[in-house]
Amino acid sequence: MPVQHLEQIFQQKIDNETKIEAKDWMPDAYRKTNLRQISQHAHSEVVGMLPEGNWISRAPSLKRKAILLAKIQDEAGHGLYLYSAAETLGQSRDEMINDLHSGKAKYSSIFNYPTLSWADIGAIGWLVDGAAIMNQVMLTRTSYGPYARAMVRICKEESFHQRQGFEILLVLSRGSAEQKSMCQDAINRWWWPSLMMFGPRDSESTNSDMSMKWKIKRKSNDELRQNFVDMIAEQIKVLGMKLPDDHLQWNESRNHYDFGNINWDEFWNVVKGNGPCNKQRLDARRKAHEEGRWVREAAIAYAEKKNSKLKREEAA
Amino acid sequence: MKALIDYTLHLADNTLILAQRNAEWCGHGPVLEQDIAITNITLDLVGQSRSFYQYAALLLNNGSTEDSLAYLRTEREYKNCLLMELPRGDWAQTILRQFFNSAYQYYLYQYLQQYNDPQLSAIAEKSIKEVSYHLRWSSEWVIRLGDGTEESHERMVQALQTLWPYTGEMFIPAPYETELGIDLAAMQVSWQLKIKAVLEEATLDVPEKIFMQQGGKAGIHSEHLGFLLTDLQYMQRTYPGCEW
Repeated sequence: MPVQHLEQIFQQKIDNETKIEAKDWMPDAYRKTNLRQISQHAHSEVVGMLPEGNWISRAPSLKRKAILLAKIQDEAGHGLYLYSAAETLGQSRDEMINDLHSGKAKYSSIFNYPTLSWADIGAIGWLVDGAAIMNQVMLTRTSYGPYARAMVRICKEESFHQRQGFEILLVLSRGSAEQKSMCQDAINRWWWPSLMMFGPRDSESTNSDMSMKWKIKRKSNDELRQNFVDMIAEQIKVLGMKLPDDHLQWNESRNHYDFGNINWDEFWNVVKGNGPCNKQRLDARRKAHEEGRWVREAAIAYAEKKNSKLKREEAA
Repeated sequence: MKALIDYTLHLADNTLILAQRNAEWCGHGPVLEQDIAITNITLDLVGQSRSFYQYAALLLNNGSTEDSLAYLRTEREYKNCLLMELPRGDWAQTILRQFFNSAYQYYLYQYLQQYNDPQLSAIAEKSIKEVSYHLRWSSEWVIRLGDGTEESHERMVQALQTLWPYTGEMFIPAPYETELGIDLAAMQVSWQLKIKAVLEEATLDVPEKIFMQQGGKAGIHSEHLGFLLTDLQYMQRTYPGCEW
């Protein structure tokens, strides 16, 4: 069948909302875009364990320690099924991890910011997971089947994380003066980086047009960002805190909140590797991988020994 | 009553301190699946420690809570075995310690299920399922590493040398255990048989005639515990009397 015809069938499926599955024919660029996006997403889950992991040992109560451990464990689980979803497109988990460690593959820049107080754990749950959810809810309807299905599972857990994050901040907002100021400080530091999570403005986004046509994405960066601002601007009232943006204001005619300018220099700087923790995060991942090498080798060697023993016994 | 409180705190401290050590792996495990597994075990241990602390708080009946007991006692008041507070070491050391502890907990909780304190036996009954899984998982890893590659075998030999001197303390009764009539001798026999069987399959030798360290159960700890508690207790010490 000529490629042109295959492309037609493919686009028809997309237009009819039929999911693309691993064995279906797909344009090379579709495969590459999905692979890039899903593996990036998987890496983000795994690197995202580090900033929160920074507070496990110091969690302020046993209940909070348990909740935090469970949350980070969920993220490892998300990483696992996203790597599996990405593997259906023809790259092994090992290769993807190598690309992460060499700097070739990216992960969400938000995890290059440090967690400086307990309130940051609340702010990450509320703002960072909150921003991620906007994107992920959209992705439950993405055109690539394995990715969409992974997202359905992930979304359920993520919305739970967001509520837990908000609840951490709610307790702080009703606590002592020190707790309140800890809460406001975390919101100040995480607000703008959370807005950057939606990526460049639509006018600057290089990957968007095809992604929309192929229904990998269904909403643009700016649309999702606006939805997020509208949601958080309301939720923060419950906390009695302030978002660090003097231009934030309800706009009756747009039926949306207006908000101030994002510092795109900072955004591109962090993407390029100059964020406060880029180096630490990658170093930590590389170190864990290197120090785990002998463990993985031992597991393989033992499994092989067992296998050949089984075969010998069967032969005898 | 004091013996029962001390013993319950000992059980609580054992699980919390080991959880705190194992939690250091979260996000840093040798492979994602095992990162999840060790964190799972850590979560179970935190859960067990909370049950024991809550019971101790109830017995104390002086306004103590699970958090005041975990976060506001000093090194000298902590009653965990020395084994639990040792640094996590490499994956071999973490696995071997978990195996020693899980085997101990497995026989201990079986015993406590029959013990004539309804609360302790209820906690033991609830926890034994978790511990059975921990024991299976850690046994499998001991065997895999012991009988894996030359390097993994050598690392297990090193881990055995480091940890073995701390295994005796589990079975040397503290005064509160003697007073409560906890039969550690019977548990020790079962424990030794289990350890021997797994180490043999892992092609590792059971160390013999090694001097056994002790002190933790009586509140005399290694130099490691103070740092661990500084970390654990940082928030409650810095911001006293807050809700979190």
